[in-house]
Amino acid sequence: MTQHASLEHPAYNYQVVRQFAVMTVVWGIVGMLVGVLIAAQLAWPALNFDLPWLHFGRLRPLHTNAVIFAFGGCALFATSLYVVQRTCQARLISDALAQIVFWGWQLVILAAAISLPMGWTSGKEYAELEWPIDILITIVWVSYAILFFGTIMKRKTSHIYVANWFFGAFIITVAVLHLVNSAAMPVSLTKSYSAYAGTIDAMVQWWYGHNAVGFFLTAGFLGIMYYFVPKQAERPVYSYRLSIVHFWALIAIYMWAGPHHLHYTALPDWAQSLGMVMSLMLLAPSWGGMINGIMTLSGAWHKLRSDPILRFLVVSLSFYGMSTFEGPMMSIKTVNALSHYTDWTIGHVHSGALGWVAMVSIGAIYHLIPILFGKARMYSLDMINAHFWMSTIGTVLYIASMWVNGLMQGLMWRAYNADGTLTYSFAESVAASYPGYVVRVIGGAIFFAGMLLMAWNIWKTAKMPAAQSGKEVAA
Amino acid sequence: MDTGTLQGIGTLLAILAFSGVCVWAWSDKRKADFEEAANLPFADDTAARPLQNRDQESAS
Repeated sequence: MTQHASLEHPAYNYQVVRQFAVMTVVWGIVGMLVGVLIAAQLAWPALNFDLPWLHFGRLRPLHTNAVIFAFGGCALFATSLYVVQRTCQARLISDALAQIVFWGWQLVILAAAISLPMGWTSGKEYAELEWPIDILITIVWVSYAILFFGTIMKRKTSHIYVANWFFGAFIITVAVLHLVNSAAMPVSLTKSYSAYAGTIDAMVQWWYGHNAVGFFLTAGFLGIMYYFVPKQAERPVYSYRLSIVHFWALIAIYMWAGPHHLHYTALPDWAQSLGMVMSLMLLAPSWGGMINGIMTLSGAWHKLRSDPILRFLVVSLSFYGMSTFEGPMMSIKTVNALSHYTDWTIGHVHSGALGWVAMVSIGAIYHLIPILFGKARMYSLDMINAHFWMSTIGTVLYIASMWVNGLMQGLMWRAYNADGTLTYSFAESVAASYPGYVVRVIGGAIFFAGMLLMAWNIWKTAKMPAAQSGKEVAA
Repeated sequence: MDTGTLQGIGTLLAILAFSGVCVWAWSDKRKADFEEAANLPFADDTAARPLQNRDQESAS
């Protein structure tokens, strides 16, 4: 990417943003392809080809790590490093440190792509990577924090824009979560054991797990929302005051919601109830943020008709609102008694992951690519529109099939006969899930195909002649 | 002090903190600052122009 020297912005470091933006799409394609493969394995188990490296148990963590930390991570690095420069009107403090963050993170992803299919895992969900990789993550993350906060410190503006508050909370919290949950005793280069035991280990794990959702997959992407929605709609955010209340309420409440992952386990009952109540309260700040984003378009709704990038951003907020309603509902213990361990949970995760995280990232990347490559606009708006519909239809097929499967599984597992015996065996519920699994493969494949279309569109944009004047590019 | 009292104090502190943030965010003194902050995404554009959002419309 060094041959793009002519593209360099006079004031800002766009190189690292461009690198991360391109890798967002690359890792999105890789991670979602693995997702489609393992979804197909659940419908047709022979697709693991009896190879240990292609076993569902090894590829599933590869899929989650690839889409969350490779695709989502690169999207967050690209957007945060862009937004912090543009809203602080300051160049990143160090170009060399920016390259350390980029190549360090790619090295982490490469290490994950090798170690997880090999079966080297700490066994902690969303934190499977073994201790040498955990140390590398820590080094990259500290470099990233220095780069981001250092740039905020040398800002030329008097205020720190709200998007940077969300990015800042994401960076600090993820550092704390990673350090605490990854504490382990190594026994060899590829094996370690958690520093915690039993119920405490479970609580630490889901304190980490839920805050990874709350700060990596929510606060970070809300940072994207607070910059790119106003920018694409060409209007300031609906209410800056609401954004401040949104920020403090969200970060104060999210931290306590983790125990809802451990309902009806050995976790003390009061902790389960605390997790449930805090999860219910989360509805208020979540919807406050969603309303703030969507209402930014008030008076400019007509732009949705002509701008598919804005449509990506706004529909992502609709999915965010939907999944942040569903989440608190599922955290209610009696609802959780039905939904837990079923496909409903997987459907809920993907309404957030595909509908919110992926679609807001895709919208932001489409906004960024012409700016980063010095073009007036994307190569094809029609292709973006087609991608929008593929993403939406793919997500709806995915979550609808998992709702049906989840409810059916939950009801089958709890059905019992007059004499107290179970009505259905577990295998019967697996067999009944087959149609839903097939629909999920179709929905996932459509979403994945949309990413291929995006890659093609970006490739053609990069090959377009440079923009006539700098005016449009400056946007 | 028993657990119930401690929880009560905790809840009270949380209510005060939330109210404090709200009062601070909606105070008239902050209005101009927030107007400027809300326009930061557009501040480094060549054709910069002040844009209005809901906070300024309702207050003016």
